[in-house]
Amino acid sequence: MATLEIRDLHVSVDTENGPKQILRGVDLTIAGGQTHAIMGPNGSGKSTLAYSIAGHPKYNITSGTVTLDGEDVLDMKVDERARAGLFLAMQYPVEVPGVSVANFLRTAKTAIDGEAPKLRTWIKDVNKALGDLEMDPDFGTRNVNEGFSGGEKKRHEIVQLELLDPKIAILDETDSGLDIDALRIVSTGVNRFAEKGDKGILLITHYTRILRYITPDFVHVFVDGRVAEEGGPELAEELEANGYERFLKAGAK
Amino acid sequence: MSAAETLVATGNRAHSHGPGSPVPLQARSERPTSYDVADFPVPNGREEEWRFTPVKALKALFADEAGTETPKVDASGPDGVVFETVAADSLKVGTPQDRSAAIAWNQAGEALAVRIPVEAELTEAVHVNVASLGARGFSHLIVDAGRHSRAIVIIDHTGAGELGSNVEIVVGDGAELRVVSIQQGDHESIHLGQHDALIGRDARLHHVAVTLGGKIVRIGTNVRYAGPGGDAELLGVYFAESGQHHEHRLFVDHEAANCKSNVLYKGALAGDKARSVWIGDVLIRAAAEGTDTFELNRNLVLTDGARADSVPNLEIETGEIEGAGHASATGRFDDEQLFYLQARGIPEDEARRLVVSGFFNDIIGKIGVPEVAEHLHDVIEQKLARTAELSAAAAAATGHTAVAGQ
Ligand SMILES: Nc1ncnc2c1ncn2[C@@H]1O[C@H](COP(=O)(O)OP(=O)(O)OP(=O)(O)O)[C@@H](O)[C@H]1O
Ligand SMILES: [Mg+2]
Repeated sequence: MATLEIRDLHVSVDTENGPKQILRGVDLTIAGGQTHAIMGPNGSGKSTLAYSIAGHPKYNITSGTVTLDGEDVLDMKVDERARAGLFLAMQYPVEVPGVSVANFLRTAKTAIDGEAPKLRTWIKDVNKALGDLEMDPDFGTRNVNEGFSGGEKKRHEIVQLELLDPKIAILDETDSGLDIDALRIVSTGVNRFAEKGDKGILLITHYTRILRYITPDFVHVFVDGRVAEEGGPELAEELEANGYERFLKAGAK
Repeated sequence: MSAAETLVATGNRAHSHGPGSPVPLQARSERPTSYDVADFPVPNGREEEWRFTPVKALKALFADEAGTETPKVDASGPDGVVFETVAADSLKVGTPQDRSAAIAWNQAGEALAVRIPVEAELTEAVHVNVASLGARGFSHLIVDAGRHSRAIVIIDHTGAGELGSNVEIVVGDGAELRVVSIQQGDHESIHLGQHDALIGRDARLHHVAVTLGGKIVRIGTNVRYAGPGGDAELLGVYFAESGQHHEHRLFVDHEAANCKSNVLYKGALAGDKARSVWIGDVLIRAAAEGTDTFELNRNLVLTDGARADSVPNLEIETGEIEGAGHASATGRFDDEQLFYLQARGIPEDEARRLVVSGFFNDIIGKIGVPEVAEHLHDVIEQKLARTAELSAAAAAATGHTAVAGQ
């Protein structure tokens, strides 16, 4: 089973006023079969963590390590990380004009597997994945994320999760912008993925709402670029009741 | 701000004009046209119509002298098409609008006329190859589509020399004509061309400029309507690499009522000193009630050191129109798109190819001539492969090996 290990990760971004430190020593281990939730206030660095693991060029790793089954992830290119088994469902999925969803999914699947999928089963798989997320098969002919509603974009991310079948999935605020029906559909998709048994999930969220559908094994409270507290599902309940205030005060002192 | 947001902020303005302010179209329509070379002084690069063009490199085509070669012209087409050699001034649908066109008109002397008979519906395309052999030469073509005919004419410009050309197009009443003009001369070649089209009553012209080769290519396309109900679809695709200058200038002159024009030009640029210029002038005169027009130019800048100028110009002299609009957008290659595709396991080169072919996808689909669409697809792939090689070489030279995430 796969293990993603993040050790003492420090990340900065370049700004007009020079580099700005965002992650200040993140330690986190996600093993296959586990679902972790990261919860934190706006601007605490949750997306920065997700993008840094995926290899977005905007983020500079200033120190620390990220390994997947002992392999140095930070030394891999973005596409190599994906082929190694990492998947990032993005908070803001990107539109790619002129590239159809069908072409995109097939190209990605071919890249991940190292060979083109068998045509007949592939079309069935795509239609099933779209159907599971209650998306019309017509989405296959539309351009990637172009003109998709916010909720459709998020569902499309989970379609990709199902088809590309990574080892470790990082879901960055997949719940935001979803109405209650879409939240249920997306959560069901994530649970289906988790039920495969050996998958690691890092669920990033701002609200506890999605945790009613997806039960995490571990909850990490993320404040000011690092994990401020860790616990089980009960920690989410405390956040639901009291918000982040306790942690923000702690962070401020 | 992410690269995607930057692109939206700087690239999607509906009115992104090139340097300087656009000149009123009144001036554009009054700009002199003439068959007499003496009416056009040798350009110095400060003239409105030459200010984007590297005129210093064009001395040979500004000299009012006989050519040093006769370009090789091969034409073929299905039964029924008539090819004949006629005097250059036998049709006069076009009038030269600049010095190089006037010289080409006079020095070519005669023209090859391609005639599509009245009511003929051609099942195969007409092919005309104009090959410059390496010296200085001139060509003149006439495409004359008879009333109610349907045809496709592909004009392929190839070769190594300096070419001045004129193409005159007549679309008879109710006819539907597709003209594809491909500019794919060798890397050192220069081509200055003018196309003039006259669209008959209820006729339709589908004109495609595909510019891929050459050191300097400058094509002016002018469209007029002989009667009401005419429809012009003017498409263009170009891809300028290092050291290439691809310039397209359009002028749609709406004088008749109830005519349509739709202009869509898309270009990519890659490499140091890759340069493109697009000028889109549309004039809706007072009599042209019911006009419906839209023009759009989009440029995709793939690397540093490339530059695209885009100047749409719309002037309306009547309020009684169906619709009129223009837009121009020049964007850098969107690194967020690249990241998204790579994050799904797609290697960088392939991701880049996907994004660029996605950019051209809609316009290639509109060309409507499969052999041209396929060829274009192939050449774009080759150009992207070269771009990838160059950037890999540049990265190696500066010691930046493929760093994680770069
Ligand atoms: N280019 C930049 N310049 C300055 N600050 C930046 C830049 N990029 C990111 N930041 C800052 O980094 C911090 C962390 O951002 P990040 O997107 O990781 O937060 P988040 O926890 O995901 O927030 P949210 O809950 O709103 O999604 C924010 O304060 C953000 O403003
Ligand atoms: Mg975020």
